[in-house]
Amino acid sequence: MAAVVGTTSRRSLSGFYKMLLVLLSIILLLASSALALFFSREPSRAQDAGAYGAVAASALGLWAAVRTLAAGSAETLSLPWSVPLGSLSFCLDPLSALFLVPVFLLTGLAAVYGVGYLRSYAGSKPLGLAWAAFNTLTAAMVLVFTAANAVLFLLGWELMAAASFLLVLFEHDKAQSRKAGFIYLAAGGAGALLLMAAFALLGAGSPLLDFASFRTPSGTAASAIFLLALGGFGLKAGFIPLHVWLPEAHPAAPSHVSAVMSGVMIKTGIYGLIRVLVFLGPWQEWWGWTLLAAGCVSCVLGALFALAQHELKRVLAYSSIENIGIILAAVGLGMVGAAHNADRLAALAFAGALLHVFNHSLFKGLLFMGAGAVLHGAGTAELDALGGLAKKMPRTALLFIAGAASACALPPFNGFAGEFLVYLGAFKGISSYPAVALAGVLAGLSLAVAGALAAAAFARAAGAAFLGEPRTERAAAAHPPDGLMLFSMYALGALCLAVCAAAPLLLVPLVSAVGAGFGGGFGAAAALEVPGPLVYISAGALLLAAVAAIAAVKRRSMFPAARTADVPTWDCGYAAPTARMQYGASSFAQPLTDFFQPVLRKLGQYPVIAEYFPGKASFSTEAQAVVYNAVYAPAAARIRDLAYRFSWLQHGRLQIYIMYIVVTLLGLLLWKL
Amino acid sequence: MEIVKPLTQYLAALLLAPLLPGIINRVKAFFAGRRGQPVLQLYYDLYKLLQKAPVYSRTTTWVFRAGPVIGLAAILTSLAVLPFAGRPSFLAFDGDFIFLLYLLGLARFATVLAALDTGSAFEGMGASREMQFAVFAEPAFFLGLAALARVTGQTSLAGMFGVLTGDLWRTAAPVLALLTASFFIVLLAENSRVPADDPNTHLELTMIHEVMVLDHSGPELAYILYGAALKLWFFGALIACMVLPRHSGSWAGDTGLFLLAMAGVAAAVGVVESVIARLRLIKVPYMLITAFAFSTLALIFQMGR
Repeated sequence: MAAVVGTTSRRSLSGFYKMLLVLLSIILLLASSALALFFSREPSRAQDAGAYGAVAASALGLWAAVRTLAAGSAETLSLPWSVPLGSLSFCLDPLSALFLVPVFLLTGLAAVYGVGYLRSYAGSKPLGLAWAAFNTLTAAMVLVFTAANAVLFLLGWELMAAASFLLVLFEHDKAQSRKAGFIYLAAGGAGALLLMAAFALLGAGSPLLDFASFRTPSGTAASAIFLLALGGFGLKAGFIPLHVWLPEAHPAAPSHVSAVMSGVMIKTGIYGLIRVLVFLGPWQEWWGWTLLAAGCVSCVLGALFALAQHELKRVLAYSSIENIGIILAAVGLGMVGAAHNADRLAALAFAGALLHVFNHSLFKGLLFMGAGAVLHGAGTAELDALGGLAKKMPRTALLFIAGAASACALPPFNGFAGEFLVYLGAFKGISSYPAVALAGVLAGLSLAVAGALAAAAFARAAGAAFLGEPRTERAAAAHPPDGLMLFSMYALGALCLAVCAAAPLLLVPLVSAVGAGFGGGFGAAAALEVPGPLVYISAGALLLAAVAAIAAVKRRSMFPAARTADVPTWDCGYAAPTARMQYGASSFAQPLTDFFQPVLRKLGQYPVIAEYFPGKASFSTEAQAVVYNAVYAPAAARIRDLAYRFSWLQHGRLQIYIMYIVVTLLGLLLWKL
Repeated sequence: MEIVKPLTQYLAALLLAPLLPGIINRVKAFFAGRRGQPVLQLYYDLYKLLQKAPVYSRTTTWVFRAGPVIGLAAILTSLAVLPFAGRPSFLAFDGDFIFLLYLLGLARFATVLAALDTGSAFEGMGASREMQFAVFAEPAFFLGLAALARVTGQTSLAGMFGVLTGDLWRTAAPVLALLTASFFIVLLAENSRVPADDPNTHLELTMIHEVMVLDHSGPELAYILYGAALKLWFFGALIACMVLPRHSGSWAGDTGLFLLAMAGVAAAVGVVESVIARLRLIKVPYMLITAFAFSTLALIFQMGR
């Protein structure tokens, strides 16, 4: 076999084991997929096959990815492939590795969690198929992050979409899951079409669609490719207005899959966009502004929509849109900065974006697992049916609140670290680069507004689910998650704390990933700009933790055995409060959702009091999928009407379809003659 | 000994902060023609509360107990970053004000969760309003800081206030005046003062911050009250640094002037509370949007200069 093996460093083969480990993990994942499918009649064996395979592959891959980040060098492998334009080319550079670390971390932990989570479905659902799809999804993501050939990349891309489609349909007996599945399929198909066009333009004139053989396109072509890639990758990343599938599909999947989809799968869109940006050569300023605008809109509206949702997993799904927006805004800010030679600013923004990619996967994984524990324990994740779960599942409550604090970027949790770098980049622009000041203000302001809205959304979600008194019988009878589920959540929670405390350790990975992803110049600038903030993030977090510890110890020393009298909440002297008097999720959000009603357009039914002694009254509000209803549903109806006009082409008779093929082939032949 | 001065500054803030509510109360008493509470009243209250055993409702969990501790810790940490009389504290770094903004967010988050943990309708109401106002106050505060960064060309609070001299006031007076006004409105809202909230109100339905801590008692209430005084100090110090650009090189002189300015800020809050009625709840966002507009105007002026 004529294998072309190369590394960028002189040590040639010594670092090559990393590439082999990653490939081995793909093979392991696919093999365990097949095994899980083989055992589909024996749920416990299928669970074992899937989970052990996923964990083993994670361990191998994680080792390789971490070593790649530490070494900062790239490994490539290229084998011939019989597929036209394709080659089995792989590249494992620090950018790939930075995206691979969360993939392996989260899928490994999600597999452990999944064993506990799926146990109750044994017998009623095909667990073998679920595990096969889960491990195939992981393998496909690894393929996407390492492929260095467009055909191979798209193969991984489509495999990823297909596997996750199966998982979204896990509970296909629910109409909502089926709807989610169809929207997801349509979005995935549209995205892939745009990507094929983008890659075709990029690879025009080269014999193989290898990334290395792409030539820098000219100005107009580059802009066209940028827009195609933005659409194609944006549909996967899920920024507004390309997000419509996300809040439907993520909640529909089983919770450990939601964790993986929200935590890492949507990042493939960000990864693809960054890769394509490098192929496009010198950036035009308006690309940066486009990304910045899309990011700002996504982060603010994502947080606002999250505030209006009534279901815990939908809150989390919209929060993912917010976080993708933050990442995108940071990349956009960096590109605008780069266009004005503000490399220091750009390096900070890029480093912040990549750090947030990593951080978001940790806390969003944790939050979805927490939501899964609620769903598993109480049988529902409707916020207005929950409450008081902190007493039934105290550990889950602690971990969920920690995840929520991370998601609101509150120190000392990890969400703060990435956003801090982005803010700092924005303020560098505001204070020192007049040409970039406006971009800095926009990015920083959006982050600030989104942060305040996200804090409201997460305080509401955590409060309604875990605090106060249970609102329903189901919530009162909730049971805690089992040890495996808790283990995964504890691991992610500990990582959320560790990232901020040990931020300086992230310097080398971040700098090498920025260099590999955006260009060496930015890597060098990041090496100058990033160390200081990372040290201060960790100093601030540690100081905060120390002060909190002192305050807590001091508090305990005053009244160690605190008197817990068996009394109700004071509630202004009312002696018989009931759980229904509590402020619920809807009432908590009402002042803000009313204020933003022009954007949210929630539907509501309000009681009208017309008599002196009114009888029973009811009140309900419903959060709408605003963009879907306003844009996509009418557009889909239009397309369907158009398609009906051509329905005379479709007779359902095989002969006629064969005739179409023959006529097309003849036409092509004549055209070439 | 370079560590002694920051340490003294920090301890001074911790010790003197409970004076500010006392000053405000005395000013209000003066306007109302009363004698008023002793200036040291909060110290007495804190001492008394620390002796009392707390009572917990059976609905509450560890979240309720953790709220005041985390809230106080966040404010204490923020004071270690905040400049004192325009001089850096222990932990001054590029972008330190972002850290401060999020520390205040952490304190708010902990307080709100502790309020929701009681399962009380009133505390839920307060929590909801607190979060609502934060959505308007934070952008105003953020844009104000952005404008300040633009005026001074600095990205740390100590840097900004180090550059903010009388000369800068002469050249950029409109910008700085707008920013001071904006920060003052944020101070009133963040510290639940009139016209955003009334710390002395007696009707739970109309409370915001006070209603969130109805169920806290004993040392936890002491933590909350002390945290509130420190937060007032925090915002007061920002405004004092704005209006009192550093003149001399003498540390003692600057510190004295700064403390005087802090007393002035407290007196100004007292005057505002005496002459303005409280806004209706639904009008409070408009007040904060005014602050936002001030900050935006300041930024536009500065970018146009």
